[in-house]
Amino acid sequence: MNTSVQETNEPVQMAEEKTARAVGINSPAAPRARVRTLLAIPVAASVALVVHLFVSKNQPAPETHSYSAFLGSILLSGVLAAAVQSFSSHLRRWMRHMGPIIAAAVSLACFWEVITSGLRLLPLPYFPGPAGVLQSLIDDRALLLDSAWNSLKLLLAGYALGVAVALVTGVCIGWFNQARYWGMPLLKVVGPIPATAWIPLAMVLSPSPRFSAVGIIALAVWFPVTMLTASGISNTRASYLDVARTLGAREPYLVLRVAIPAAMPSIFIGLFMGLGAAFLTLVVAETVGVKSGLGWYVAWKQGWAEYGKVYAALVIMAAFFSTIMTLLFKVRDRVLVWQKGVIKW
Amino acid sequence: MVAMSASASEGSSLRVLGVVKEFPSPDNANVRTMALAGVTLSVAAGELVSIVGPSGCGKSTLLRLIAGLDSPNSGELWIGDVPIIAPSAERGLVFQDPNLFPWLTVRRNIQAGLVARGVLQEKRHEVDEFLRLVGLDAFANAFPHHLSGGMSQRVALARALINHPKVLLLDEPLGALDAFTRMRMQDEVLRLWQARRTTMLLVTHDIDEAIYMSDRIVIMTPSPGRIERTISVAQDRPRQRSSPEFLRLRGEILELLHFAGNATRDRSSVSPGVSPDAGDGSSGDDRKPPEQADPAAVKQNTQSGAVHSLREALSSRKNSTSLLRHSGLPPG
Repeated sequence: MNTSVQETNEPVQMAEEKTARAVGINSPAAPRARVRTLLAIPVAASVALVVHLFVSKNQPAPETHSYSAFLGSILLSGVLAAAVQSFSSHLRRWMRHMGPIIAAAVSLACFWEVITSGLRLLPLPYFPGPAGVLQSLIDDRALLLDSAWNSLKLLLAGYALGVAVALVTGVCIGWFNQARYWGMPLLKVVGPIPATAWIPLAMVLSPSPRFSAVGIIALAVWFPVTMLTASGISNTRASYLDVARTLGAREPYLVLRVAIPAAMPSIFIGLFMGLGAAFLTLVVAETVGVKSGLGWYVAWKQGWAEYGKVYAALVIMAAFFSTIMTLLFKVRDRVLVWQKGVIKW
Repeated sequence: MVAMSASASEGSSLRVLGVVKEFPSPDNANVRTMALAGVTLSVAAGELVSIVGPSGCGKSTLLRLIAGLDSPNSGELWIGDVPIIAPSAERGLVFQDPNLFPWLTVRRNIQAGLVARGVLQEKRHEVDEFLRLVGLDAFANAFPHHLSGGMSQRVALARALINHPKVLLLDEPLGALDAFTRMRMQDEVLRLWQARRTTMLLVTHDIDEAIYMSDRIVIMTPSPGRIERTISVAQDRPRQRSSPEFLRLRGEILELLHFAGNATRDRSSVSPGVSPDAGDGSSGDDRKPPEQADPAAVKQNTQSGAVHSLREALSSRKNSTSLLRHSGLPPG
């Protein structure tokens, strides 16, 4: 089958990419793109389109129409980009980097269509093809967007609360011996309990499920951020503090302008771990308690056996969470710009 | 001259009176190691004094005490008429590692002292002066890891000097630099000192550096750390590193530290038990001249012989000087 040929081509192509990049690393403009790189997206999209048209011959047109249009537009933009790239070095660099990845993604979707709608290797209501998922996404876009918006509000509230509390407790435990003595055992005993295990208690305690969900997410974020903030603060190089003292620094300066900046790399590891924990807790909380959001949507649609919509929600979730993760990376890149060149990002 | 006005001394006198500092031993908390055994030292305002001595003689400990980062077990430390009880911006400290804050640019590192004291608004103009003084105005917005070792150390100097300290403590500030950068930096430190007349106390491993730069040289010996002798350097600056007087002083210091010349050093790797100083390790000043050492010792100038006698020296800790002789110190 064509797809497999396409897929085996990818690694070879990427290896060549790598050598090309190594050779041309210092040249201001990206070197000329290889024909294979330029053709990757159009070829993958054409193959996927042909497979799709073949597979969906005997299916109702409205269900498959958008997917054809989707593949068509990828094909069109691939061809267009390949034609235009010789005028824009920025676009060329982007294509050299992203071309193989996009082509691989399209090929994967094509493979998915072959084993679901095509050969019907997987039981149907549970495993719809890409065309069905895309159609569900379009049909239910209003509710999906609303769910994503509700999830975002809940996530941000819980994450912000958790981080704010964790930074205070982390700095205190890391800096003050008294706080360390009393806080560390609490952190070590209570922290490792998965935040979702508190859900039954939270449901009893709190007036509204939304409120308890914010608390649970904050708790999930609090533990890793506190732990890594405290360890970052207490591992501040003693010589930085000595230097600051001989420069006339008092305690507020030592904490705010020496220990906290020195702990920032560690704090960011905590923020990333906390974000992962927040995603997990968010979805669980929405599945069991909160009556809105993407987690609720998935559970709801699964109850109606609308698996196309379940997958559509997963696609939205992937885009939603990875965007937030990327934003956090951008924040880190700004805050820790002084590390650039010291560590590998 | 320099951008700073070369007016009267900014410095202030420093007195160290019978200072004793003990540390708990790392393996047994009840045993205490004496790092400084009654050190007395007086530095006049505007004077540049070097402290030389092998590792473990307590010179860095002494500097930390003067900086106020540690407190002595007994004895007193005074800056002018004020006792030293805590760190203060009056006593700047520069380490061998520049210890620049990596999250701050060069400019922000230099102004750290102003921010810490809350006087940035009034003194902001000085930041540019000090950037120029150490020749780094082009790197004002660079982060420390973009700088070379010499540049980093210049930033560290500027960062300490911007507080106009009355005493500047330098703990082997040039120790990590290559020989050429080091010589250039020595001139640079001298230039800063001459411009500001800050009292400077310089700890160094490098005997040439001490002679080249200082008014007086304090020689310390270890176990326990104490001052062996103080030597005045009367030469005018700039000093010639190869002048007869320079070389004479060098020889004198090397002899005090038991490194007098290659031949003697070879002989000092004596066969077990026949160390020339065996039995009179107590008084440092009138040791037998090394020429009187057992001639058989010359034969022992092999790797294994040296290792053997080192082991011997380690086993008899009272004879601390022979241990010193084989330690990693360069002959100058």
